[in-house]
Amino acid sequence: MAKRANVKTAMDRVKLARDPKRPHIGDFIRLMCSDFEELHGDRLVNDDRALVGGFATIDDEKVLVLGHNKGATVEENMAANFGMVNPDGYRKAMRLAKLAEKFHVPVVTFVDTPGAYPGDTAEARGQAEAIAKSLEFFAGLKTPIVVVVTGEGGSGGALAIAVGDTVLMLENAVYSVISPEGCAGILWRDGAKAPEAAEALKITASDLLKLGAIDEIVKEPAGGAQKNHEAAAANVMKAVLKAIRSLKGLAIDDLLDRRYAKLRAMGNFFK
Amino acid sequence: MSWFESKEKPKIPQAKALWAICPKCMSHFEKKVWKDNARICPKCGYHGRLSARERIAQIADDGTFAETFREVGYSDHLKFHDATGPYKDKVEATIEKTGETESIVMGCCEIGGHKVMLGVMDFAFMGGSLGTGTGERIARACEKAIEERRPLVLFSASGGARMHEGILSLMQMAKTSAAIGRLKDAGLPYISVLTDPTTGGVSASYAMLGDINITEPRALIGFAGRRVIENTIHQKLPDDFQSAEYLEKHGFIDKIVSRKDMKPFIAKMLNYWGF
Repeated sequence: MAKRANVKTAMDRVKLARDPKRPHIGDFIRLMCSDFEELHGDRLVNDDRALVGGFATIDDEKVLVLGHNKGATVEENMAANFGMVNPDGYRKAMRLAKLAEKFHVPVVTFVDTPGAYPGDTAEARGQAEAIAKSLEFFAGLKTPIVVVVTGEGGSGGALAIAVGDTVLMLENAVYSVISPEGCAGILWRDGAKAPEAAEALKITASDLLKLGAIDEIVKEPAGGAQKNHEAAAANVMKAVLKAIRSLKGLAIDDLLDRRYAKLRAMGNFFK
Repeated sequence: MSWFESKEKPKIPQAKALWAICPKCMSHFEKKVWKDNARICPKCGYHGRLSARERIAQIADDGTFAETFREVGYSDHLKFHDATGPYKDKVEATIEKTGETESIVMGCCEIGGHKVMLGVMDFAFMGGSLGTGTGERIARACEKAIEERRPLVLFSASGGARMHEGILSLMQMAKTSAAIGRLKDAGLPYISVLTDPTTGGVSASYAMLGDINITEPRALIGFAGRRVIENTIHQKLPDDFQSAEYLEKHGFIDKIVSRKDMKPFIAKMLNYWGF
């Protein structure tokens, strides 16, 4: 236990970010929202349980909540495919976000996935197209979007619901182009070198803040969010409300220009 | 291990100089046949990989290609270093070897008399990976296309995001997709040609966002790698999985176009749309 409180390496954070006791979307919704109505389905083929969405109230703000769902129990894990989204999930997210846009309701997304589902059915239904379309779609969505990376930000499967106006990240969350194990397997030719890869990839919240990939770090309670869900959710709630309230006042054109400028500056080396 | 169990192929130096082997059907041809046929396998029709310059020579009207944004190169934000050395050394060696400065070559040109913005990825440059420089060139191309009212034509060939550039390579997926969105909102066409191979973060961003998505026969197109999927589902995948034909059958590709018909096809589409 004492070890947990003493987080040093990037791999320590990876372990914390993947801790099954860490608060999941269900916990955040329960602790942050006074009400929540889940809505189902992509209107095409399926209701993907790995990505949940619905309208909710946070304090006095009406929002659409979208987020990866890993599930809290083994049964839920299985039903939710461990938070690995199929194309249907991204298409559901877009459908609901379009509805939020129609009524000028801000969108809050919770990001926590090992990655988009790498399966044959996912390929057959167009995983690449669904992610690509999500990126284009959220970049142009005419309502504020606040993103919270709460656990694992697993590559394109995370990014598909992580394009927004304000990107928050929990202190011990990680966000990466590839898993440390995957990177180690390719560039070190040895999956066991994941700790080295995790360090080299710069995937912690403080690294990402320096690189300009996120806007703000949300503090976790001592030892990590898994120790105190209430305190973690309270910190997230405060940061989300602040972000929504500062974005709500912006004219839609300004909001979209600002969002585009933020994306446009990613990796901008002509500073 | 006895000699007959050895998996090493016999080394015949002259064979390599004279013969080309189709990587799909393993047929052998004289190199000249392969070259004269635009690197299309005469037996199975597989379209071999081209360098960006070879592709531009096939697509752009003679003498019209004017390169842009060559000054936008890679950047090593992470000071990335893996088991085999620094990223910087690898990418510099690639620049030396290929003569390119990023994984996409961008420029203005005409295709069948239609003025376009053309981008062509080069798989020989770090596996055609999407780095910050690649993303920046694409975003600038979209903006220039809007300014000059040019349609955008991109040929993709890529293994995905460039992990050596970490999160910022991932962010190029969002940046390029946002820029493509703006181009489309401006009423300009975007033709995406997914060539062999187009996978990972590139298929999951600008490559799949064409007003029309087209490809060449037998090209490999997909999101996750075959081995990753087989390990996930514990099943062998059919041979045609993630092929151009598979994608067309599942509705993600508008048309499979032979290399020899590519240029007139693009010109015809632009003509339909009044550009």
